[in-house]
Amino acid sequence: MTENNDLEYKKKDFSSNQEVKWCPGCGDYAILSAMQVALTKIGRKKEDIVFISGIGCSSRFPYYLDTYGYHTIHGRATAIGSGVKTANPDLSVWVITGDGDGLSIGGNHLIHAIRRNIDMNIILFNNEIYGLTKGQYSPTTKQGHVTKSTPYGSLDRPFSPAKLAFGASATFIARTLDTDSKHMEQVMLEAENHRGTSFVEVYQNCLIFNDGCHAEYTDKNSRGDHSVILTHGEPIIFGNELKKGIILDGLSLKIVELGETYTQANCLVHDKKNEMLASLLVSMDADPEMPKLFGVLYEVKDVIYNDQVTEQIAHVKAKKGEGDFNKLLYSGDTWEIK
Amino acid sequence: MENLKEIESVVIRFSGDSGDGMQLTGTQFSNTSAMMGNDIATFPDYPAEIRAPKGTVAGVSGYQIHFGSQEIFTPGDEADMLVAFNPAALKVNLKELKKGGTILLNSDAFSDSKIAKAGYESNPLENGDLEGYQLIKVPIDSQTLEALKDIDLDTKSKKRCKNFYALGMTYFLYHREMETTLKWINLKFSDNPALLKANLAAMKAGSHFADTIETVVSTYKVSSAKVEPGKYRQVNGNTSTAWGFIRASQAAGLPLFLGSYPITPASDILHELSKYKEFGIKTFQAEDEIAAICTAIGAGVSGSLAITTSSGPGIALKGEAIGLAISYEMPLVIVNVQRGGPSTGLPTKTEQSDLFQALYGRNGDSPLIIVAASRPNDCFHMAYEASRLALEHMTPVMLLSDGYVANGTEPWKIPDVDALYSTINHKMLDPEQVDKNNWSWIKRDPQTLVRDWAIPGMAGLEHRVGGLEKDFDTGNISYDPANHQRMCTIRQEKVDKVADNIPLQEVEGDESGDLLVISWGGTYGSIEMAVRGLQKEGKKVSLMHLQYINPMPKNVGNVIKNFKKVIVPELNMGQMVHVINAKFGCNAIAYNKVEGLPFKISELKEAFINALSEA
Repeated sequence: MTENNDLEYKKKDFSSNQEVKWCPGCGDYAILSAMQVALTKIGRKKEDIVFISGIGCSSRFPYYLDTYGYHTIHGRATAIGSGVKTANPDLSVWVITGDGDGLSIGGNHLIHAIRRNIDMNIILFNNEIYGLTKGQYSPTTKQGHVTKSTPYGSLDRPFSPAKLAFGASATFIARTLDTDSKHMEQVMLEAENHRGTSFVEVYQNCLIFNDGCHAEYTDKNSRGDHSVILTHGEPIIFGNELKKGIILDGLSLKIVELGETYTQANCLVHDKKNEMLASLLVSMDADPEMPKLFGVLYEVKDVIYNDQVTEQIAHVKAKKGEGDFNKLLYSGDTWEIK
Repeated sequence: MENLKEIESVVIRFSGDSGDGMQLTGTQFSNTSAMMGNDIATFPDYPAEIRAPKGTVAGVSGYQIHFGSQEIFTPGDEADMLVAFNPAALKVNLKELKKGGTILLNSDAFSDSKIAKAGYESNPLENGDLEGYQLIKVPIDSQTLEALKDIDLDTKSKKRCKNFYALGMTYFLYHREMETTLKWINLKFSDNPALLKANLAAMKAGSHFADTIETVVSTYKVSSAKVEPGKYRQVNGNTSTAWGFIRASQAAGLPLFLGSYPITPASDILHELSKYKEFGIKTFQAEDEIAAICTAIGAGVSGSLAITTSSGPGIALKGEAIGLAISYEMPLVIVNVQRGGPSTGLPTKTEQSDLFQALYGRNGDSPLIIVAASRPNDCFHMAYEASRLALEHMTPVMLLSDGYVANGTEPWKIPDVDALYSTINHKMLDPEQVDKNNWSWIKRDPQTLVRDWAIPGMAGLEHRVGGLEKDFDTGNISYDPANHQRMCTIRQEKVDKVADNIPLQEVEGDESGDLLVISWGGTYGSIEMAVRGLQKEGKKVSLMHLQYINPMPKNVGNVIKNFKKVIVPELNMGQMVHVINAKFGCNAIAYNKVEGLPFKISELKEAFINALSEA
């Protein structure tokens, strides 16, 4: 690690000379801006930062950042990122993907990168639609949604990205949204600070093909009643006037009105390190009555693949000594012809 | 020893059930022969199923070894001796035995039910099938049990020592020294004294028994071969490939990274490289073929010598990522250990039918450097060459091997690597030496058209690379029509210019004549033998064996012009012949076979004679 807290970067230091070419009003602009600010705060030199993306609107992201960047092929950014980090664990590796790229064509690589707990940040922009191919349904599109390829409504059951990551043994799961720059910055920082795979889902609006898909959680009038900003160690309460809370009812979560029967003291306290709680929190996505959770849902420590690779090599070298090729060539049975 | 005969070379084929230890038995025989100074070549022939139903033809595993006092190039067309552990092994392999050859069979295994299981309608020992062969019937099961009767071990384990009993017999019959194998048994079973004792006893008992029957059968002596002086060892093609990469990583001074996914017959390269962590090698067994090449691409852009290994079906999955590496203009080595296709095809059988896939199997105009290994030992050299070309030309290289080369073994004169395999001039920049204000990642050497290699961690050289078309000057995304034309041309020219960095093509035989045989890959051994045989008979035949396939050495066209006829033998339906005819406008004759087996020298000779005689 080449951490250096004396680095004084400004946001513009992370802007490349490329003209940004997303549709006007696209949520991606806000994510890019929040990322550029977050990068000034992570304490890494910019030559040690690598952004890797697949294919899709979100995957143009690396072109606009003045770091090392690799725009790759559809769905494979997590696999390429895994190679970068394993080969050079000193780098800060960021994978930028979307709901189509990361969950559909790249689903296999995503779950295996998470399973290995490779120390990189996977930022998944979820707009519940294929944008770059112009409007087909994705693995997160809501059932019944009319898209270019589902004129009579989508039949597929959607994924919950957070639940998928949890099922793949993620050690860091967070969610944020493109309308809240400060929250995005904060989550990006926490993702970078977590050692192991950090999985971050960003609710992102596609103005052209799926406008308003996250409106419930972004509109001023509705967001209070439909979303919770989680804070570790704080009770899970929400509502425009913070009059609602989540309590544990048997093995289920329940929404209660705070007042005389229930108070904040009855509400669940968010503990991002609690696996059982996390399993309940990621299951909330399936219940339309439940609010959406934003912030760090889950964070635990576990062994990290790239650390283990480094340690195993060091261990073998300590035991056998540095490799000697001539010794290898002459190992085993050899014979001399005179 | 009145029955002792001195001969030049012998071919023995061991065969039995997959679980009978035939590969092990064959390996021991070949190791011993190599240590005794014979030249050898081996051919393991095993089923795709790990344990097919016992006693059936589907489960027969074979190992053929050719050893001699002359230079040996192939495992031999036909066996002189067949060792058959059961009726199924006899049924499958009898056709591989020379007329009049010797069959050593385990008569205990020829019960009615086992004979039926092998698919025989009547007992081959009685129905005349074996007439004309010299038959040595030995109740190997019961004699092994008898020899081990005083050892405290269950019957099942004792029976499993029968391969060493048979090996002991063959050692006696062919005057093999037992030391190497006895030493091996001692080492292998050092933690199981009963098994150790049993295997040693079985081997010695087999040898003693053969001594008692010597009066009825002949024994053979094969003198040492007159080979170049030096230190030798044995390696199979896959091991040799792995070692070539290790050496290349040292010569380049770059860490080695392998991204791979298990597939027959390539997995052994992954197994081999995963052993050598003391060389700092990182092996990544990915979740699938695509991830395997993608992790290698990730390691490659970060400054490793990046490798991915697979076989045809896996290469098909890697196609898009190979295109990405071509578009990135980054070093990457892709190994295809070819097997029978299409689709899953014949996983354990050899073929060279992925040449078109290597040349053309991607979208867009995406030229790839292609090299091919011609024999097990050559895998070392060509793996090194593939790495050298990838690193010196900043573009992916495909190394074609095949199941035959990968699993075959031959003695290898250990090279002086410090003299011969010491320097690869990769293109990684020294950031201190770069004028950062006038630099773009796509800046090229005007002569070779090779770009610089800047990797994450280098300050001031941050850049973005993608699979979208790139501007020739800046490397930024470009949809400009003229620029795309220029970039496609540049990528092609860059690969064409590799011809300046590879040796000129050699010809075995006269530089002109009646027939030029053009071959590539793992068919070298048998084709070389066939051509050499005809040359001895005075025929004006020469051989041009290609190791560098794309681009080809610059003089290939001129070589072809000096022959009246050209023939291209291949283990496919005619791929290289197509390339040669298209490229050089000649009228080469195709000679093809796709039976999952190597060429026989005899069939090649016949094909070449036919080609010579045709008007």
